[in-house]
Amino acid sequence: MRTVAVVGASLAGLSAARSLRKQGYDGRLVIIGDEPHRPYDRPPLSKEFLAGDIGEADLALEADGEDLRAEWLLGTRATGLDRTRRAVRLAGGGEIRADGFVIATGAAARRLPGSEGLAGVHVLRTLDDARALRDELARGGRLVVIGGGFIGAEVASTAYGLGLDVTVVEATPTPLAGPLGQTMGSIVSALHADHGVRLLCGVGVKGLSGERKVDAVLLEDGRGIPADIVVVGVGARPCVEWLEGSGIALDNGVKCGADGRTSLAGVVAVGDCASWYDPRAGLHRRVEHWTGAQERPAAAVATLLAGGAVEPGVPRPPYFWSDQYGVKIQFAGHAVGADSVTVEQGAPDDRDILAVYRRAGHPIAVLGMNQPRLFTRWRKQLAGAALPGA
Amino acid sequence: MIPACRLVDLPRGEAIRLDIDPPVSVFHTDDGEVFAIDDTCTHQDASLADGWLEGCEVECPLHASKFDLRTGSVDAPPAKLPVRTHEVLVEDGMVYVRVSTDAPNLPPCVAARLAGGLA
Repeated sequence: MRTVAVVGASLAGLSAARSLRKQGYDGRLVIIGDEPHRPYDRPPLSKEFLAGDIGEADLALEADGEDLRAEWLLGTRATGLDRTRRAVRLAGGGEIRADGFVIATGAAARRLPGSEGLAGVHVLRTLDDARALRDELARGGRLVVIGGGFIGAEVASTAYGLGLDVTVVEATPTPLAGPLGQTMGSIVSALHADHGVRLLCGVGVKGLSGERKVDAVLLEDGRGIPADIVVVGVGARPCVEWLEGSGIALDNGVKCGADGRTSLAGVVAVGDCASWYDPRAGLHRRVEHWTGAQERPAAAVATLLAGGAVEPGVPRPPYFWSDQYGVKIQFAGHAVGADSVTVEQGAPDDRDILAVYRRAGHPIAVLGMNQPRLFTRWRKQLAGAALPGA
Repeated sequence: MIPACRLVDLPRGEAIRLDIDPPVSVFHTDDGEVFAIDDTCTHQDASLADGWLEGCEVECPLHASKFDLRTGSVDAPPAKLPVRTHEVLVEDGMVYVRVSTDAPNLPPCVAARLAGGLA
């Protein structure tokens, strides 16, 4: 293999590039990124960076003096993958031909239809998004967050810390019920009320009002919530449109095996755009966690370099964290499929718990609130658990 | 040299935190080796004694950075700086630590707190 093109220059792309060099790949390495920035860390964008506690230099993912001997094409969007020419087409013309490809184009924040062009309306995914929102939050006012998921909750928490008047609107009856289940979703989202942040659940958003600048969020029950700033945190979609027509199998992202291989030879996919086969669950899942983007490229790169001849290992259970109102929230595994959730330590009212999700008596997931030590022990135990039926 | 604990009180696979300033953690690996490093992750305020010990590496309990107990080096982001390592001596069943005189790489929030003299 003489040229490898990594498409995507965020954590997954950078981790893939590092893995290539670490695993002895010595050829030409081209990293293509649509954002103009060097790889940066996204989790702080809704937390310390948004609060103004850290600056842009602190977000850098590359170490001082790190040199991957790569050609960086930043500010350059990939527009297509040509399987016969073995080339990535680039916006503005041009292409990069390569023997191996790593697809790491991530996901993009979903927007609210009809919110385009209205000042004061934000999404939060990129550094540029975070800069714009940080500057606006610094001016204060009334913030309405649409979506009570993790991004929405973290923005609400940060804005509360900055002294803004905050309302969170969530369409489902219980925020975070998808990732955490009903019981724990309601315990974690009670952090809003603990701090005087209004949480409106079970009501959809009809639209936004305002001439050039947003002035209210209109709810489907007829209410209007006055707003100076609106953050739309309603999830993300995988950035795979550019692969349509390439012949690569797509199904809620790039469909991958348990080792990152795609339906095309010499092409692997990692990070938020990739839907890997999960041998524990027996299905494909697209996991949008930082840790997946950091850990999985090593396996995908091994697959790429070996031409698909490596036996995939069993990945660790997915793990993510969130920081809200000074509480460290950690979760590992999958809540879906649990038939019981037990608080093993602490008390829900103290927002200080270790909860274990079980199916037929077997632990399948664990949630911690301010319990890093116990949580890590459980997380390790989950990783060591045998595969179902194995 | 400061006494850390009795070796019998630190089973293999376990760690203890010494509440000195900055704190130091002492690890007993599954292979029976004992190492001491700075306890605070260089990325954020987290106790590495609470982390995931595997071989001669400990993964921060909050994020995914892994530190080599032998050298202090970090292999995975988000941390970028190594932790200090400290000399360990086991004598008559007691574990002793000689704290490094190098400057520690504390995360920005902790460094600011120490510099400000706040507890």
